[in-house]
Order: sequence, then C-alpha cells, then structure tokens
Amino acid sequence: MKPPLALYVHWPFCVSKCPYCDFNSHVRDTVDQQAWRAALLADLAHEAARLPDHRLTSIFFGGGTPSLMPPATVAALIDAATSHWPIADDIEITLEANPSSVEAARFADLAKAGVNRVSLGLQSFHDDALVFLGRAHDTAEGLSALATAQKHFDRVNFDLIYALPGQTSAEWTADLNYALGLGTTHLSLYQLTIEPGTRFATLVEKGEIHPADPDHMAELFEITQTITAAGGLPAYETSNHAVPGAESRHNLSYWRYGDYAGVGPGAHGRRTGMATVRHKKPENWMAAIARNGHGLQVEEILSDRERATETLVMGMRLTEGLDLRRVETVTSEAAIDRLVTLGLLARSNDRIALTLAGRPLLDAILREIAI
Amino acid sequence: MATEISKIRNFSIIAHIDHGKSTLADRLIQRCGGLTDREMTEQVLDNMDIEKERGITIKSQTVRLDYKGYVLNLMDTPGHVDFAYEVSRSLAACEGALLVVDAAQGVEAQTLANVYQSIEHDHEIVPVINKIDLPSAEPEKVKAEIEEIIGLPAEDAVLCSAKTGIGIDEILDAVVARIPPPKGDASAPLKAMLVDSWYDPYLGVVILIRVIDGVVRKGQQVKFMNAGTMHLIDRVGCFRPKIEQLTELGPGEIGFITAQIKEVAQTAVGDTITDAKRPAAQALPGFKQVQSVVFCGLFPVDANDFEKLRESISRLRLNDASFTFEMETSAALGFGFRCGFLGLLHLEIIQERLTREYDLDLITTAPSVVYKIKLNHGGGELELHNPADMPDPSRIDIIEEPWIEATIYVPDEYLGSILKLCQDRRGIQKNLTYVGGRAQVVYELPLNEVVFDFYDRLKSISRGYASFDYHQIGHREGDLVKMGILVNGEPVDALSMIVHRGVAEGRGRHMCERLKDLIPRHLFKIPIQAAIGGKVIARETIAAMRKDVTAKCYGGDASRKRKLLDKQKEGKKRMREYGSVSIPQEAFIAALRMGDES
Repeated sequence: MKPPLALYVHWPFCVSKCPYCDFNSHVRDTVDQQAWRAALLADLAHEAARLPDHRLTSIFFGGGTPSLMPPATVAALIDAATSHWPIADDIEITLEANPSSVEAARFADLAKAGVNRVSLGLQSFHDDALVFLGRAHDTAEGLSALATAQKHFDRVNFDLIYALPGQTSAEWTADLNYALGLGTTHLSLYQLTIEPGTRFATLVEKGEIHPADPDHMAELFEITQTITAAGGLPAYETSNHAVPGAESRHNLSYWRYGDYAGVGPGAHGRRTGMATVRHKKPENWMAAIARNGHGLQVEEILSDRERATETLVMGMRLTEGLDLRRVETVTSEAAIDRLVTLGLLARSNDRIALTLAGRPLLDAILREIAI
Repeated sequence: MATEISKIRNFSIIAHIDHGKSTLADRLIQRCGGLTDREMTEQVLDNMDIEKERGITIKSQTVRLDYKGYVLNLMDTPGHVDFAYEVSRSLAACEGALLVVDAAQGVEAQTLANVYQSIEHDHEIVPVINKIDLPSAEPEKVKAEIEEIIGLPAEDAVLCSAKTGIGIDEILDAVVARIPPPKGDASAPLKAMLVDSWYDPYLGVVILIRVIDGVVRKGQQVKFMNAGTMHLIDRVGCFRPKIEQLTELGPGEIGFITAQIKEVAQTAVGDTITDAKRPAAQALPGFKQVQSVVFCGLFPVDANDFEKLRESISRLRLNDASFTFEMETSAALGFGFRCGFLGLLHLEIIQERLTREYDLDLITTAPSVVYKIKLNHGGGELELHNPADMPDPSRIDIIEEPWIEATIYVPDEYLGSILKLCQDRRGIQKNLTYVGGRAQVVYELPLNEVVFDFYDRLKSISRGYASFDYHQIGHREGDLVKMGILVNGEPVDALSMIVHRGVAEGRGRHMCERLKDLIPRHLFKIPIQAAIGGKVIARETIAAMRKDVTAKCYGGDASRKRKLLDKQKEGKKRMREYGSVSIPQEAFIAALRMGDES
C-alpha cells in the first residue's frame, strides 16, 4: 500500500488579531476570493506533482480563520485533492472554525463540501475571559455554534485556553467538568503562553498583565490530566485529549513525523526528508504563485540527524511516546537512564514515553536527552 | 630644541566623576589648537571603551598645549585606588593641579582624597568652579566649601563652563601665573622618570616620561636604572594629542620615547632613565616593584577556547605589565590561568577586556589574596592564593593574611553605616576626625574582607559619596579556614574560598542563598551546602522544576522546535556540570558579590 500523506491548507485571514496569537494570521479589508481559490489550487497541484505515490489520509484547513473561506473554495480544494491522490476510506477532513453565528450558518455547506470534523475555538465559557482574549464571540454564541456544529459533523473538537491571569484551580476544575458535559469526544486544552511579538507580550513587558506562576500552572496541568482521564478523554498529546479512537488523525501525522504536504501562505511540509516552507506574507505568497506557479520559499533536504531530532521533539509530545531506534543518534542513553530513575521517563523495550510526572516538563526533558 | 624651563607648566586635573574633567580637558585642547573641531570626539583622553563607560582613567595620558608662548602639559591620571602607585608617579611628574568642582554639586568626598594626594606632592592647586551656566549654580557657596572642607583659599577660584567655553582662557592664564615652573638642571646627567608605558602596534612600547635633569635625545643610549637594562632611543616626542616627533626633551618636559622595546613588562612605572655613558649617581626616589594583590582563576567557558585565551592574555599582558598569569588546571573547569591583579577593579577590567576585545566567555573563580602559611613540624612556609592548594589543616601551624590601612572620607549622614560595614569586615578603627560636614575614618582591615565587594558596598551605602584609599601594612595571623560549596553533594572548586572562622557561617549562608537564586531549577531538587571540612555550616534547597512545556505545537513547523532545541544545546555549553547540575557561568562571579548583608 502507498505511504500515507496528510495535507494542510493555510487560510491566513482573520477578522481581527487575537492578543495571544503568533500564528501566521493577517487582517485585510478585502480578499479577492477568485484569485485566492485559483492560487491555492495551483499550490496544491504543485505539491501533488511532487508527491505522486502517496495515499491521502487527512486534510486540515487551518489558519487564520478558515471558516471565513467561501464553502465553494473548500469544496474545490477537497475535490482537487481527492482527484490528485487516492484517498483512504476513513479520510479525516478537518476545518478550524470560529464559533460565531455567521460562521455557524455555513456549517451545512461545509459539511456538504466534504468536511467531516470541525475544531471550534471556544477558548472559554466566561464572557470576561473572552473579552480579555480578544475574541469576537460571547459564551452563549459559542455554545450555540457548538450545538450547530454537533448537528452537522460527526466529530467536533473545541479548544479552551487556561492558566489565564488570576484563574483559580477551582474555576478551571468547574470549566473542565462543564466542558466534559458538552458531549464532545476531543478537547484541545492550551495553557496561555505569552509568545514574543504578540500584544500580550507587550502588556506583560509593561507590567499590565501578570502571567500565571509556573507552579500554579503545574497544578492546573495536573488537574487537567486527572479530570479528563476520569471523564474518558485522557491526554494523548501534551495539550490534546480524546476518547480513544477520536484523536486528530491529521495532527497525529505531525507528531508521528509522517509525510505531510503544506500549501498556502507560511505552510510547512515534509516530503520524505525534504522540508518545505511557503512564503509567509499573503501578498508575497500570491506573487510567488503568479511568478512560479507555487508558493514555495524554501526546499531544504534535512540531514539524518535533523530528521531524528524532529522525530524526537514531535514524538515526545505523545502519550504513546516513540520508538527509541528512530532517535538513538540524537539522544543520550545516560540521560535517558537518569530520567527513568527520576520517574520522568518510562522505557519499555524500544519505546520511550513521558510519565505523567514527566509530561509538564517536556521541554526541560528534551534539553536533557538531546545531544 | 628643548623648551625653556621657565616656560613650562605641568599640571593634572582633580575632579569628582561627572564634574566635567573630560569636557574641560577637551576644551583646553581645542582652545590651544591641538585638534580641529571636526577631530574632537567626546573625551579625547580616555581611549578605551571601558574608560569611557566607567568614567575612569586606567592609563596615564598626557597632552602638550601651546598657550601664549608657554608649553602646558596636561596629565590625565588614573582614577582608582587599585592604581594608587601609578597615580603617585603621574602626580610626581607635575607641579600643580586644577581642582574642578561642580558649581551645583559642591565638593564631593572622592575629590578630597585626590586633593590631599596632590597636596602631599607639594602641588600648587588652582580651584576651578565648573558648570556656572547651570541655573542651580551656587559659586559663592562652593567657594566657601572649598575653603571650609578642603582648607584651600578659594577667593581666586576661576569660574567656568567647560560646556559653553566660558572661563577657558582664565583657566589657562591661571595655570601660567599660579603653577610654578619645574626645576631642573640641563647640564646635569640625564634623569627622567618613567611615568607610564603602553604597547602600540606601530611604534612598539611607548614610554611616557618626565625629564628631571639633563636632556634626552633621539639616538641616545640610555639605561633603566632599576631594571638594569640598556636601550637605544629611536624616537622622542610629545602628544598634542596627536603624536609629534621632537629632537629632544629637556628638564621639566613631559613627552614620550620609544626604543624598540617589545614588551611593556620591561618598562616598570617609576623607573629612572639615565644616560648610559654619563649615568646619574642616584635613581629617583619612590620606585616600587608592582605586586599582585588579588588572584583569581580565569577559565574559558568553552574548553576549546583555551588556546585563544592563552593568546589573548599574552597580548593583553603586552600592554599591562601589572598583571601576572600562569597556567592552572581544575577538576571541573579544565585548563585555565591563575592571574594576579593590583586589585578587584583591575581584575574586572582585564576580565572585561578579554570578554569584549577578544570575544571570550570566561568563568572567574573567587578572588583571593596572598596568604602565608607556616607548616608545623618544621614543614616550612608557603604562600597561598588558591584555595585549591590549601594544605590539610592538620599540617598547618598558623595562617597569616594581609592587612591594609584604609582611609575613608564620608559625609556625616552615612558615617554610621560605613562604620558598621568596616566592623562587619573585621575592621579595627584607628582614627576618626571630622572635617566640616565630613568624617575621615582610618581603619585597619583584612584585605580578604575588602577584595570581594567592599568598594561596591561602600559606594552603594554612601550613594557614591564615600571615597576609599588604602595601603598594605603587612601580614597578621588569623583564624582562617577553607570554606567549600557543595552543589548536589559535589564540591564546586571555583567557589571555595578562605575565610575567617568568625564570619564563615554568615558568608556561607549568604552564598547558599545567592546560589539558590542563580542556579535555575532542575528536574530534581538540589541541595546547596557550605561546609568547612566535613562540617556543613549552611544549607539551602532549590525545589524541583514543575512545569516547562510548550503548550501548542502544530501547523507542522517541526524545524522551529528543532532549531530551538539546538540553540538550547548551545546555551548548555555555557554551563558547568557539577553532580549533574548545570551552573550558568554568570552565577560564579555573581555568587561572590555579597550584596546586602544584614
């Protein structure tokens, strides 16, 4: 059977930029929808020509805010992808969506276009927190969008951001229990991270907001592990929780370091040892498409060591861990033994994985074991 | 032709930091045509970046000014107690000084010590009140202060503004009228004092001299009387501040010579230069051999940089004979050098120059003074400046440590805290006198209590107003012990130090507290202990890290994560491993600063 391939399509536009977001998102007054559809299709065709012997297992529309894409564009891209490649029977087609009423109104069309999984950016159940996070929707609108999504799609995930300044353990516990009561099979639960260059970073620098204390964040993380596991959605990745079988197949491709094609501004891809990066700024990407027929900025052949290191940094995020043989050239045996002794790593035969205690310490553990 | 002696004036400038010494010097040079406006850069005389940043002068500089038929030599002297001997030689080359006082700030304590040094050299002192253009200027009040606090008549003080140029001619007129010309005999055998020297890549070693008697000429064979070496002079000249070659320098003149000398180490400050064929009967008084007072180890953070460090240290030594170095090896730090310095500031300057000019990352071990150890059972005596070389206590009969006599000038309001500081550092008060609103305190102090951060503490306690001057008064027996620091059970040799038993516990506790803040949390908890022999005297624990994970990772940008990890691995090279604990190099020197001791 042909090797699996995941396809990522980036839609870079948002209505407004959230203060915590460092993703490749841009606010523009108008978008030439015809031109963008044609450009994305061209970029997709270019990747398809370079990855002929694959079987498509997932498509992911990310952004930006891909729920702002015209459903017809989504449909055209899905149609093109499924004609370029043979597809797996259980292909997963995910679209990230904002939980606003305007966007919820498109869910039926998106489902018709072939989208079978939606990831909703609910972020919080509290109006004041949603204002703080710069979100356009309020709690009621978000919950209503969730209900609409659950009507149209078999699989619905939603995101929550926690460890907000001042958030107590009790408040987060209540939110988690509430979330589990909403009948979803997949939850993405992110601790608020202050990324350089964001508005929040500026506010922290000015002393206007104070990020949560790391020890408190550790406690919130622990609460999250306990409650989601008890609720039947254990963590399968650092910040992702699912009923077994309901994991995001697309994101698993990244973490298991399989092949993926990335099209659209700033999208990354891995074509069996070749890293691809596309022009990040929408206008530059568009110009590249016009000039070259594709949006590529970099094609770089990765060394064995680089690939092993990427396998390590991605794979260690997963609860299942990874096969040690894939990363033995870039890890220290002695450091692994030390961390096993400390109870932060578990090793059985050729697999290593973080223990429950090791999970909130992933970055520090990587620094220890990587050579 | 040498300048006629009655037309020469040699003077220095005494000023508190920020009172405008450099601006004034620049103005004087400009007025006398030494540099065009375009060539004037800020603070012409302070050459090195470090000098500019710290506002201190490290090497002596001189500039010859022509004014109304007179030759004025302005000598810029080093401004720190570590270089007290160099200062004394620079002052010995002058007959007078300008005392510059800020018209708004008034007389500062630091100025006092320098004025008294100048008075000791029998200098004629011309008070200058600077910054009179400031709205807050109070020249009459400052004049009264000069008379009351320093005891100098100030009715004829020159009022000026170095910034706007007011009073510059008046200053120059006062130099000519009030500072006496030098004395000397042109027909006597040559006698010139070696004031300072530095290495120049084009000229070799440049020697700054003050001719006392006789004449020095190009082509002359000269003898350095203390060094006992002979050299052929190939250049004679002066600085304006640009180099100007002359045929000769006569009595009273200040200028430079070169003699194809390759190393500054061959030119000791204070040496007497005389004619080889017709030597002077006696060398000039006051020559002192430079002696290292403070020692520390310098190790490259990256072991591969050892050769680069060796080369850089050798090159710095070309220009600064006052520090010494020899190779040292440490179990944990690898190969490095044990270096000796004139004082802690000197240490910091060398360390900073190595870091900046030679782009080296260094670990500096705890500074140490030189101890004398008498061994029992007739084992003899040894000198020790590296705690690692400390013999087993059972073999030691007595340990002697160097003591100094320190003179501190401080405004009354800070006196209490200064006395407490001296008391905490095992000081013995010898004298306390009040001059105006200021006190002069004389203390005997063990030097090892001073080398770490005494000067910093003194400055911060007194908000910069206290001045400090010291000289060594010999070795005295002390109850001294080696205190070790253990991190996760492993001794950290770079942090061990020799301390007095009476202060060991406090010092140990403080050190543990500092390290607790300086060492980042690890994946396990880390005990930090201070111990004397096998006995733990202080302990702190660094809690284990609880959270360090990137929340969000997708969009497939695996390279960003990989590159971040690679960068962190690079960062780890700047750490040292002790008992699987990584200690950042910044922690080593920072741990030694005692900070706010209670």
